Amino acid sequence: MAGVLADVPALPLHEAGKYVAGAYVVLFALVLIYVAIMAIRLSRIERELGELLELAERSDRGAAGVEREPREAEPARAGSTTA
Amino acid sequence: MYGKGLRALSISTVAVMTAALALVFFYAPLEAEQGFLQKIFYVHVPLAIVALGGFVAGGIMAIQHLRTRDPRWDMRSYVAIHMGLIFGLGALITGSIWAKGSWGHWWVWDEPTLVSFLIVFLLYATYQPLRFAIEDPERQARYASVFAVTAGAFVPLNFIAVRMSTAYVHPRVLGGTSNLPGPMALTFAVSLIAIALLYVTLYKYELTAKHARAQLRALRRRLLGEDAAARPVRRGRSAAPASLHPAAMMTARARAEDGI
Repeated sequence: MAGVLADVPALPLHEAGKYVAGAYVVLFALVLIYVAIMAIRLSRIERELGELLELAERSDRGAAGVEREPREAEPARAGSTTA
Repeated sequence: MYGKGLRALSISTVAVMTAALALVFFYAPLEAEQGFLQKIFYVHVPLAIVALGGFVAGGIMAIQHLRTRDPRWDMRSYVAIHMGLIFGLGALITGSIWAKGSWGHWWVWDEPTLVSFLIVFLLYATYQPLRFAIEDPERQARYASVFAVTAGAFVPLNFIAVRMSTAYVHPRVLGGTSNLPGPMALTFAVSLIAIALLYVTLYKYELTAKHARAQLRALRRRLLGEDAAARPVRRGRSAAPASLHPAAMMTARARAEDGI
């Protein structure tokens, strides 16, 4: 079978090769472009997640500050009364 | 949620694609008439079949959305059609390259297969502008689903047109593989599985990314309140599915909480 097919005239490799390579490059280019887009999206999600984490930490610190405030204020008030 | 099993799916996709490429270039015999050029067949035809399959799947998911009004089905339908468009573009480009090598022309207008596929592709190319044109997320999802169902029903016409066309000798694949030698049929089957796996993998990646983004918005809303949540929407109208809009997500969540 392979011998028969080998004898059959076909498009020479140097001529057909560029078209075949082109078709497969298109497939890989599409996948590559898609992966690149996904990478950009992932970095955006990562950045937004970082922002939110920072925000959550800041709000936690703020909440802790509000809780601490009355206790911290006490010595100050005591100081002012002694002054 | 959507990312479950993605790692195994990605690995199997890479493995099957590698096997398909090995079969194409080292196992499948050269075709008698076209020789090496016929190798394009193993990438072009699976891309076209999977793209059309994606459009039909998008239509089926849209039916589910219309039945249940669950925004997740709209998102799935949107992503299925979106991926179908990418694969359809690949089929068009690889087909053009094959036509140039085989017939000497990039495009042949009197070939029913090519023209009908282009019509289906252009029909679906209007899907995103349609979504973009409607501001209300719920109405956008409903109209998009109706479009997806109608266009999905149109897709089989493409297959019928291919079967009825006799102008040129366009390769017949489904239902006519008897003229395909065993090694070629096997190579084609593996290539089809590889491209289908690629579609499913990218589909899941897209869904996972969109879901992660939606969760981030929900988190931002929770941390910053309503004003911050509305920030991404202020950029303008969006073609993204309703389930990704913070407002729609809130509605969906409220409905779920109310047991609607």
